[in-house]
Amino acid sequence: MDDLLQEFLTETNESLERVDAELVRFEQEPNNGEILGNIFRLVHTIKGTCGFLGLPRLETLAHAAESLMGKFRDGMPVTTEAVTLILSTIDRIKAILEGLEAHESEPAGDDVDLIGQLNHLTLPHLPQAAKPPPSARAELKAPPEPAHDKPAADNPSTDKNAADKSAAERPDDERGERFANHSIRVHVETLDHLMTTVSELVLTRNQLLEIVRRNEDSDFKVPLQRLSNVTAELQEGVMKTRMQPIGNAWQKLPRIVRDLSAELGRHIDLEMHGAETELDRQVLELVKDPLTHLVRNSADHGIESAAERAAAGKAQKGTIRLSAWHQGGHIIIEIADDGRGLDMARIRAKAVELGLASEAEMAARSDGEVGNLIFTPGFSTAAKITSISGRGVGMDVVRANIEQIGGTVDLKSMPGVGTTFTIKIPLTLAIVSALIVEAGGERFAIPQLSVLELVRASSGEHRIERIKDTPVLRLRNKLLPLIQLKEVLRIGDGDSDKGFVVVTQVGSQIFGVVVDGVFHTEEIVIKPMSSKLRHISAFSGTTILGDGTVIMIVDPNGIAQALGRIAPVAQADRSELDDGEDGGDEDLTPLLVFRAGSQQPKAVLLSLVARLEEIDCRRIEVSDGHCLVQYRDQLMPLLRIDAQSGVKQDGAQPILVFADRGRCMGLMVDEIVDIVEQRLDIEVASERPGVLGYAVVKGSATEIIDIGHFLPQAYADWFRRRDARPALLARRIMLVDDSAFFRDMLAPLIKAAGYQVITAASAAEALAAIKSGSRIDIVVTDIEMPDMDGFELAAALRDNPATAAIPVIALSAMVSVDAIERGRRVGFHDFVAKFDRTGLIAAIKEQTDDLHQAA
Amino acid sequence: MHDDTAATEFVTFTIAGQAFGLPIGRVQDVFKPARITRVPLAGAEIAGVLNLRGRIMTAIDMRHRLDVKKREDGAAPMAIGIEAKGESFGLLVDAVGEVLKLADFHREPNPINLDGRLAALSAGVYRLDGALLVVLDVDRILDLRGEPMAA
Repeated sequence: MDDLLQEFLTETNESLERVDAELVRFEQEPNNGEILGNIFRLVHTIKGTCGFLGLPRLETLAHAAESLMGKFRDGMPVTTEAVTLILSTIDRIKAILEGLEAHESEPAGDDVDLIGQLNHLTLPHLPQAAKPPPSARAELKAPPEPAHDKPAADNPSTDKNAADKSAAERPDDERGERFANHSIRVHVETLDHLMTTVSELVLTRNQLLEIVRRNEDSDFKVPLQRLSNVTAELQEGVMKTRMQPIGNAWQKLPRIVRDLSAELGRHIDLEMHGAETELDRQVLELVKDPLTHLVRNSADHGIESAAERAAAGKAQKGTIRLSAWHQGGHIIIEIADDGRGLDMARIRAKAVELGLASEAEMAARSDGEVGNLIFTPGFSTAAKITSISGRGVGMDVVRANIEQIGGTVDLKSMPGVGTTFTIKIPLTLAIVSALIVEAGGERFAIPQLSVLELVRASSGEHRIERIKDTPVLRLRNKLLPLIQLKEVLRIGDGDSDKGFVVVTQVGSQIFGVVVDGVFHTEEIVIKPMSSKLRHISAFSGTTILGDGTVIMIVDPNGIAQALGRIAPVAQADRSELDDGEDGGDEDLTPLLVFRAGSQQPKAVLLSLVARLEEIDCRRIEVSDGHCLVQYRDQLMPLLRIDAQSGVKQDGAQPILVFADRGRCMGLMVDEIVDIVEQRLDIEVASERPGVLGYAVVKGSATEIIDIGHFLPQAYADWFRRRDARPALLARRIMLVDDSAFFRDMLAPLIKAAGYQVITAASAAEALAAIKSGSRIDIVVTDIEMPDMDGFELAAALRDNPATAAIPVIALSAMVSVDAIERGRRVGFHDFVAKFDRTGLIAAIKEQTDDLHQAA
Repeated sequence: MHDDTAATEFVTFTIAGQAFGLPIGRVQDVFKPARITRVPLAGAEIAGVLNLRGRIMTAIDMRHRLDVKKREDGAAPMAIGIEAKGESFGLLVDAVGEVLKLADFHREPNPINLDGRLAALSAGVYRLDGALLVVLDVDRILDLRGEPMAA
């Protein structure tokens, strides 16, 4: 193909993408002369170059469009109709260009229809003419100066013709010239080839370094050091040439969103922040499609119709916010809409329908977990397939594409508030810094990007502890779940407590990977894995080390999957737990620490324990395998923490007595250790019945016992009193608090008292959950919350006949007479100070009793 | 009508005493593999990955692929480098023999009593002096689907 034509095509395609983006902005800000000037110039350049290359069809079309644009610039009002027409014209230009690219000549046909319409708008007093009338802007008809041998140079110089008409254009022209002088076009292949060569150079350098490392007194040492530095610089330089602003991947989006708004009849604004954030062009290419899909998805499924939005009290215009920024060696891209949020109930139902989990399992999963199910293959809850997002490209493909480039995608959704997708991808794919570790006699590379720190496990400060069979590490008073790399890869037993812990972060999850040894960090060149190995999620690629050995690159994402269900709790919002709310005495929870069954310390909330007793073992009566003791003129059932541990035959048996409305039960323990007051911070949840989870108490990993598990064993089975217990246990409490800290603190407490707890972070979330059919017996809500406070929530519940009967207990940091009075008016059934735990449990109990009597 | 002069050259090798051949056009290298890195969690027929002059190859254990017991003499295997769909593979065999040029019309279909696993990978046999040479089909060797894979 003619070089000139080739260059014209490249440049025109770029210009067209810019025009697309500009036009949509233009429609939103029709009075912005700068935007108008830009568009005008772009169309004008296309026209000028076409004339020069002898492409008459393109030229007349661009000319007609330009004339209309000129009218706008002269102050004619911009109508949606006109913008649509210009967009169609641009689509036609694109079609002609495609033909031009394929056949090196303009495709046959004419554009009388479009030109007629364009001219009609340009000169409304003329009848629609089939032939383009003389341009309204005769001065622009002057052909571009024929001296141009390079269309790339056209831009600034043709502008000189136009420049005298608009002084506002001048700064842009100058900028254009400056760019033209300081940049050249390089074919992408050249850059890619350069990158490959540099990769090989890095490998060779590594190899040399390895050799010199073995020969301490080598003469090569100094020059090699220099070579090494130069290589690093070169590598950085080449990487830089491949960096492009993320905005390049966004250029098509305004047009897509605009077309979608028109098609769907919704008003959608697309905001873009951080378009200048740079990343490797290879990554950029790969992320383009997933991004487009997510934006389409937000426009199609996220944003509601204007009527729906009005009904929900939102601004008529929906907003999709696209933002990008750098974080460490990653780029974070966020796509947030202020639409209706995910329909969690429907996703749960769909998951059950697809057989992914049982109904009970789904009900137990948090909304966060449920939301992520939409990335499962074959998962689409859209009732009807629309032309916009239902094109057979599912969210699973989006996730697969992002994970393929070592990225992650996560979503947060709030019913009625919107959905936010967060994509995190590495800045570059080709060369990364990696930690070389050993496990089971093999070496592996762990990408440094996901490594937070390295801790040597020892018998001293950093000891690997075990909770049942789960290894954990105490690190600065946090419990870190551990994974033995050997075990995950099935190349040896991970029972040794020696080695190194690579503290790794994946998304918001932090965990430790235990390895046998750590060698050094090395810049590795990632080579894709063989198709025969790609199914192994534990690895993301292969690489060649300095000594020529091939090793596998561990994929922290894949390893994290082995964490299984520990994960959701481990990733509980630490920032909130760590920040601010710390310190006050009122945050401390008194805990009773004891031992029972094993050496592992256990603890229970002291507020639940009625008394501590020591009874003579001979007084314990065993009947039908159950232990009983006569206690205060009653038979009190005695329970053991686990059925295996035996009953002491003589001596004194320490007992924790739990009392509940005139009945008691005793929990037999081996030893009461201590009573401590500290913040209860359950770090690792437990799947074991009877254990709420694990927390660090007085410096030891401690099991927090769930008394709710033992109470029914004592009562429901033995007394066969059907009334209170089973009912009480089935009670579902909705806990609404905008502070994750209080949710985390109060939920286990309420749960420990034997209730089911569902939490919501806002009044809107609570209402949505109740509306979606979750059965709630009692709502416990914070009063001071942003957007919708506790009073408004109570009023909203009372106004709806379906929920009017649900008792609402208010929690407040400040209990004033005024607040109580206002609370009574809106229908609070009770009012409890936020730190009065006993009061809260008592209030819940009172309300459930009332419910029971009412039933 | 058949072209009696058409012939194919085969790289021959042995696995557990049986002679095999691969069309020379499909063979890139014959080499003694050094330092094969095993890949945890990979299927049993994957012997590991290795570096051949800067290229990463996936080594396939042909004994396992043909369902033959592991070698007991502990001798080092030889490797035949092949390329398929842009990826490099090394087939681990016991020993590599000479290159034979065999006339196409001498090739015979698989005997019907050929061992099942072998028959699945064979593209025909040649009768040589006192031995049978089984011609292997490269694409079928690499089709590991349906093989049990450790997840």
